[in-house]
Amino acid sequence: METPLTQNIPRDGQPLDRKGYEGAGGYQALRKVLRSMTPAEVVEEVKTSNLRGRGGAGFPTGMKWSFMPKEVTGPRYLVANADEMEPGTFKDRFLLEGNPHQLLEGMMIAAYAMQVNVAYVFLRGEYKRAAQAISQGIAEAYAAQYLGKEIAGSSYSLDIYLHLSAGRYMCGEETGLLNALEGKRANPRAKPPFPPVSGLWGKPTTVNNVETLCNVPHIIANGAAWFKGLSRSKDGGTKLYGASGKVQRPGLWELPMGTTIREILEEHAGGMREGLRFRGLLPGGASTDFLTEEHLDVPMDFTEVQKAGSRMGTGTMIVLDDRTCPVGMVWNLEHFFAQESCGWCTPCWSGLGWAERILSAMEAGRGEPGDIEKLAFQTKFLAPGNTFCALAPGAAEPLQSALKYFRDDFEQHIREKRCPWRSM
Amino acid sequence: MLSPEEQQEIEAELPRYPTKQAVSIDAMKIVQKHRGWVSDEALQDISEFLGLSCSDLDGVATFYNLLFRKPVGRHVVYICDSVSCWIMGGTGIAERLTQRCGARLGESTADGRFTLLPIVCLGACDHAPVMMVDDDLHLDLEPAKAENILDRYK
Repeated sequence: METPLTQNIPRDGQPLDRKGYEGAGGYQALRKVLRSMTPAEVVEEVKTSNLRGRGGAGFPTGMKWSFMPKEVTGPRYLVANADEMEPGTFKDRFLLEGNPHQLLEGMMIAAYAMQVNVAYVFLRGEYKRAAQAISQGIAEAYAAQYLGKEIAGSSYSLDIYLHLSAGRYMCGEETGLLNALEGKRANPRAKPPFPPVSGLWGKPTTVNNVETLCNVPHIIANGAAWFKGLSRSKDGGTKLYGASGKVQRPGLWELPMGTTIREILEEHAGGMREGLRFRGLLPGGASTDFLTEEHLDVPMDFTEVQKAGSRMGTGTMIVLDDRTCPVGMVWNLEHFFAQESCGWCTPCWSGLGWAERILSAMEAGRGEPGDIEKLAFQTKFLAPGNTFCALAPGAAEPLQSALKYFRDDFEQHIREKRCPWRSM
Repeated sequence: MLSPEEQQEIEAELPRYPTKQAVSIDAMKIVQKHRGWVSDEALQDISEFLGLSCSDLDGVATFYNLLFRKPVGRHVVYICDSVSCWIMGGTGIAERLTQRCGARLGESTADGRFTLLPIVCLGACDHAPVMMVDDDLHLDLEPAKAENILDRYK
């Protein structure tokens, strides 16, 4: 089984340096692109590979790149979204800390494909070791002329800068991120216009997730057909899957795209801890719908998880066991979303606060008949189309699915006027 | 007035962006690094240096989790309160540390040694529960272990 994204990450916890990266074949893809491919050919190759965005939405990467205007009339930008802040998600950290040059080479190739001359790594401020690894990687890349003027002996020039964020979940949202990079509050922007038309400082801009960009050098080096062959599904490549919660071995694994939930949970995470039973999981971070036992054989890819009523999201699962209160878990999630709402749209700042208070009351034994209906109403109120960005619809996902799968638990909280798990 | 050091560090950020406004977050982080927090006076200094309005800067400062508009202790303890840590007992960590410090989340100890803050997911969920003290991430915590870790920060 091939694991291109993680195979060169040193086990001693130190980042792979430039020499180590080159020794493992690194920067060959960049040289190939600069020597023998036009920007359009690079975009085409990525399109053919069926690489889909690993930040959670799964948008086809090559298509996203092709939205950048063909004619270059002024500055344009690429941003690597390294603002990993989706609760339960810890995959990009691993790539950033372990193999910074893989991301940088991916960015260089993407920038060339979109004829961008300035790119940013937008990194969350809490990721101190990643910041160290990326700044060292950038310095090494400049020293070796992979960055700067006329890189690697070509006529193409590129600068990459590291921006350390000051922390807010909204910065992970594409247009919120652009505002944050401009030095503003990370409120979302209305779309359209989409960033390829009007992004950073009103110029054409593309934002890609870290894991997405890390795949790019491998696609170029080995070809789209090879990349598709790594996968067990239509979406190309491998995927970093993770599991947290009360499983035997919480962790992160690079596996073929389309590996089933059961295989990840049972073979890699080792099943549930002794004495605990599986009740459900969020397949890819806080903003995805719960799945339950009946979904264990669903392949983890963008299409199949959606068919099962959720989203693959970031691919890092959060597992709920039978000794943890589902209402408490949803309260924790809605508390997060209510706190991180930027306050820009009414359904989000008002609705999430309301939902959070109802859940908090339920947990404290002050649930009322009618609360479940109010929560169900909020999930409709927060649905896509009612807000500028995906924060509120994302927040509705675990709530609406918990109401569906764990309704008895909600009812029990209200009926018994207590959290049944508190005394356990 | 910004110190020469602060000015120099802020100026070093300017060439990376086409506008001065883009540097505002970096500028506040730089000042916070030197002064511990972003006071009204610091906002005024940055606003004059970058030519931005003080209220715009304050709007930005109050938006971000890692910019402090109040003084903090010598060490800032960030306790993750997101979902994976919650499942794994993160609440118990927060309870133990608030008890030991005699300060609630969002407050500082009387001796100015620690400020306790809740923080969103630190991206180390396979080692939950976790916390960060200053720049150091601490994994696989239990209440007693978390308490012992604080002893290292004087």
